[in-house]
Amino acid sequence: MLVKATDMGVRRGERWIIRHVDLTVDRGQLIYLIGANGAGKSTCAKAILGLLAIDEGSVERIPALKVGYVPQRLALSPTLPLTVRRLMTLTERFPSSRIESALAAVGLHRLGDPPVTTLSGGEFQRLLLARALIHRPDLLVLDEPAQGVDMAGSGVLLDLIQDIRRDLQCGVLLISHDLHAAMSSGDDVVVLVPHEHDERSVGLVDPYTGAARQGSGQN
Amino acid sequence: MLDDFFIRALLAGIGLAMVTGPAGCFIVWRRLAYFGETIAHSALLGVAIAVLVDLHLVIGIFVTAALVVLAMYYLERRDTLPTDTLLGLLSHGGLAVGLVLLSFFPNMRVDLQALLFGDILAVSHTDLAVIWGGGVLALGLLWWIWRPLLAATVSPDLAVVAGLKPERAQLVFGILLAAVIAAAIKIVGVLLIVALLIIPSASVRRFAASPEQMAAGAAVVGMTAVAGGLFASATFDTPSGPSIVVTALVLFILTRLGRTLPAGDAR
Ligand SMILES: Nc1ncnc2c1ncn2[C@@H]1O[C@H](COP(=O)(O)OP(=O)(O)OP(=O)(O)O)[C@@H](O)[C@H]1O
Ligand SMILES: [Mg+2]
Repeated sequence: MLVKATDMGVRRGERWIIRHVDLTVDRGQLIYLIGANGAGKSTCAKAILGLLAIDEGSVERIPALKVGYVPQRLALSPTLPLTVRRLMTLTERFPSSRIESALAAVGLHRLGDPPVTTLSGGEFQRLLLARALIHRPDLLVLDEPAQGVDMAGSGVLLDLIQDIRRDLQCGVLLISHDLHAAMSSGDDVVVLVPHEHDERSVGLVDPYTGAARQGSGQN
Repeated sequence: MLDDFFIRALLAGIGLAMVTGPAGCFIVWRRLAYFGETIAHSALLGVAIAVLVDLHLVIGIFVTAALVVLAMYYLERRDTLPTDTLLGLLSHGGLAVGLVLLSFFPNMRVDLQALLFGDILAVSHTDLAVIWGGGVLALGLLWWIWRPLLAATVSPDLAVVAGLKPERAQLVFGILLAAVIAAAIKIVGVLLIVALLIIPSASVRRFAASPEQMAAGAAVVGMTAVAGGLFASATFDTPSGPSIVVTALVLFILTRLGRTLPAGDAR
């Protein structure tokens, strides 16, 4: 076990953004976190990483857990001069050989060292992945890493994530909208339903999430 | 022209710009200009308190400014009011209370003009020692928090996940800013200190390939502006603060001119 959330809930005001979520990631596992927009996937990931406090339940992390995190959004200030390679060493120094191999793993090694603001959306997404895996994490948390990556590329990206999981023997928590990929390649799929715990909106669950709900929870 | 007081002011200014360069970069990257203004405005309250309890001005200003930073740190977490509203409250509240307090001491010789715009005649040997001692300490602190602060500037979440302590780094930076502003009071004055933080960094942005280059470049531009401004001040008998800022502004415009020719170059 790397992380284990039990009956986890996060509340904002009167509203439960997520509630009664059980989720475990073991070493070497690929766990999908699926749900419609606003279902609380990003919130769930942040709660598991300890980036926001939970209001109910518990989250256990093994001591000294090394995490690689790719957030859903990263808004860079245009006034901050950052190149591809400088971003790789943002939180820790690494020898250049390690930077090269992380960039090579995501296919960015021939890019040179341009300012990150000039990258395309898909290139930037790959760079964020490289930045996460250079730490050789035990747990990789990826919040919609395939956004802006082209169709062919998203298949390649999934293969890449599988390779990383095999090489590093790490657990992966993957937030995605791709239900098919989740069902076929995930060790487990956790489905969140938006407004599930709102008093007033019970019964408004749409068909996509309603159907997916049957696969909900742990196994 | 190279009188003793002038040499002292020049040395003090250079010691100051050494720190305002890198610190100003963070102001620009993190959009903290109004935060800087707030600390600067609270300096008048600091002056009043220093007069009241008979402290060295720079110390009084630093302590008050540091308290304002702590108050801001606390309020941001506790209060639902937006940040700029809180800053406005502290900034103008501090300024007003300071002015009212000072008005109780009509025979106290507080040169408001000098506090607002700087006065190179006012830099004493003690000031010089305080500025250089504090400056070296500030640079050391900045070096220590550089990585967490920079990571937090890009994304606090990434910094936390990597085990850095962005909150602590941000608090240390706030205190450091209070020290810089306190030290700057004699040279550029309360009203213009933020300009010395922002203009040099803005001038070098387009020439810098990394955050570290930008910080070093801003320090060099800041030192140049201080030296040029002080010479102008001594030559034309203009107030030192505005002269320094005008020099910085001229440098900024020059860096803009240099590269406006090739079309389509953003920022
Ligand atoms: N700090 C907050 N305060 C109040 N509500 C919030 C806060 N953060 C998130 N929410 C709400 O919680 C819900 C879930 O947000 P979250 O970002 O976790 O959804 P998501 O499943 O990641 O959606 P998406 O697929 O669009 O990324 C949203 O309705 C959002 O408005
Ligand atoms: Mg999300």
